[in-house]
Amino acid sequence: MRFIVCVKQVPDTTEVKIDPETNTLIREGVPSILNPFDQFALEEAIKIKQENDEIVAISMGPPQAKKALLKCLALGADKAILLSDKAFSGADTWATSYTLTQCIRKIGVFNIIFCGLQAIDGDTAQVGPEIAAQLGIPQITYVESIEKLEGKKLEAKVQTDDGYKIVEAKLPALITGITPSSFEPTNPPMMNIMKANKKPFSTWTIDDIGGSSDNYGLNGSLTEVIKVYSPPARQQGIVIEEEKSEAAVQKLIELLSKDKVI
Amino acid sequence: MIIVDKEKCTGCGICEKACPFGAIKIVEKIAVIGDECTLCGACVDQCNLKAISIQRKKFEDVDLSQYQAVWIVVEIKDDKVRNVSFELLGKAIELANELKQDPCVLLIGNNVKRFIQDFSNRGAKKIYIAENEDLKDYHTETYSSVITGIISKYKPNIVLYPATINGRDLAPRVAATLKLGLTADCTGLSIKDGLLLQTRPAFGGNIMADIICPISRPQMATVRPNVMEMAVIQDKINTEIIEIPVKVDIQGLKVKTKEIIRGTASECGIPVCEADTIVSGGRGVGSKENFNIIENLASVLNAAVGASRAAVDLGWIPKSQQVGQSGSTVSPKIYIACGISGTIQHLVGMKSSDIIIAINKDPNAPIFDVANYGIVGDLKTVVPLLTEALKKRLQNNN
Repeated sequence: MRFIVCVKQVPDTTEVKIDPETNTLIREGVPSILNPFDQFALEEAIKIKQENDEIVAISMGPPQAKKALLKCLALGADKAILLSDKAFSGADTWATSYTLTQCIRKIGVFNIIFCGLQAIDGDTAQVGPEIAAQLGIPQITYVESIEKLEGKKLEAKVQTDDGYKIVEAKLPALITGITPSSFEPTNPPMMNIMKANKKPFSTWTIDDIGGSSDNYGLNGSLTEVIKVYSPPARQQGIVIEEEKSEAAVQKLIELLSKDKVI
Repeated sequence: MIIVDKEKCTGCGICEKACPFGAIKIVEKIAVIGDECTLCGACVDQCNLKAISIQRKKFEDVDLSQYQAVWIVVEIKDDKVRNVSFELLGKAIELANELKQDPCVLLIGNNVKRFIQDFSNRGAKKIYIAENEDLKDYHTETYSSVITGIISKYKPNIVLYPATINGRDLAPRVAATLKLGLTADCTGLSIKDGLLLQTRPAFGGNIMADIICPISRPQMATVRPNVMEMAVIQDKINTEIIEIPVKVDIQGLKVKTKEIIRGTASECGIPVCEADTIVSGGRGVGSKENFNIIENLASVLNAAVGASRAAVDLGWIPKSQQVGQSGSTVSPKIYIACGISGTIQHLVGMKSSDIIIAINKDPNAPIFDVANYGIVGDLKTVVPLLTEALKKRLQNNN
């Protein structure tokens, strides 16, 4: 079987801080990382991989996104393809999914496409379903884990509003989600990082994947970001420290009723 | 394409700081934009000298005038209309008034005509009914193909979906099939120069972005539950009902549900993403049994029970109740965090709540940075006292 894992290099938004004086983003010193959710998806692919199966990690991004793909190779992907071209920049979710779809078509045969729950910078969770729609294959979103893989069928545990469900899908299919037991993404051992450099890695441009240039990047984007700004800062709160819990609760109730919260 | 006007640029460096992707460097007093640039436009807004511009391809000869009306897609769960649908209608009415178009409702499912009145008396001008036995349960394949067909035929100007698990599954499928723009998880919607201005948080809630969709119709967005005001019941207006015959085949579904497992009622009465008030417990709760303390307070406030990832991982409460980056993003009126230290991943999921109340032993816990009110103390003593005090107070109020 061939599994394709779609990944993204993102700024580590958990490291982002807000300048309290200007209320703007402090970007300095924020590292670029492999999107943690994509790593979890990759790890699920590795978990179900059998001998003779192949995992291909693909990513659209600037040349430095190679680093994220090298991490995928070190974690256990067999091959990696970076889609990098000036023409791809400024892509919204539709143009991104078009680019990845073109790449997947070029790769040819596949059985499962994995996407992370969402990217931690954009948080849209739209690219996965948009790829599935463009390829015309079924999608399963909010997958917690893959329970079974037999022949041309996949069984997955899927999150619902009030619990979970077990679904069965005919392959090929695209899944998004995968929630790990710990949010801290692990780093591959040094040995594997060295080996990763020897695994097949290619960079593809628009010439490699074809299609109309009108569909890529800013030209292919249907949405347009017209303004980016900091959300209003939260007001400094009141923290009650009292020896006796009764007194603290009393004080809180007074404050809540004074401010008409209750 | 992004262009720096070398005549205007003074190399002041404001853009360098504004770039969320670290793509701008000042070289010899001129801003130089590197490969990391995603054309997000943050620098364009910040540059006081208007030295940076993004040039877009011009789209001409696209006739958008045939797209009229503001639609909402209703979500039904357990034979009930989810409240978020009424919130969408409230917003749709506001947008439609501004555009002088009709607010319309798409009711899709089995036996959904019984919900007509819920929307007709809340101001829907037209209600489209797509009813079929086989639409009883939500399936991506059936729902997206039915909605794709309806949108193509009736050509709405705007379509709003709830940003729920199903809505976030459905909307992108429809958008990509029809090649339409789609903005996820909007927390603000308004009309600007005739276009839908969509406001959404990004970067884990650290920045806000205003997004438009100038060239494709309908303009589509998913909208976070609990942010918009629900449409109010009003005097009868004339509502037109349009029944759309739909053919659905669930025999050929490629994805089939084999089993549904729900959390027990006491564990998760109200879904967190829909609750007005949420009482959440974290590692500080200490044990599964102690979650009673959280549940008791929640029941007094008619609130949902939420949890941090730590509490879910320890098996104290089901995953469906998890608030945070890998769980639900919530924005209730009141969020009470008990024994939650406030990791960045948790804060991302709840910091847009109107009022945050935190109870934690550690006075340095980051949760206090976002809390409007906080008590430093052991939740196991504080929360039961608070529960009793609130109970008394709410009884007196009645």
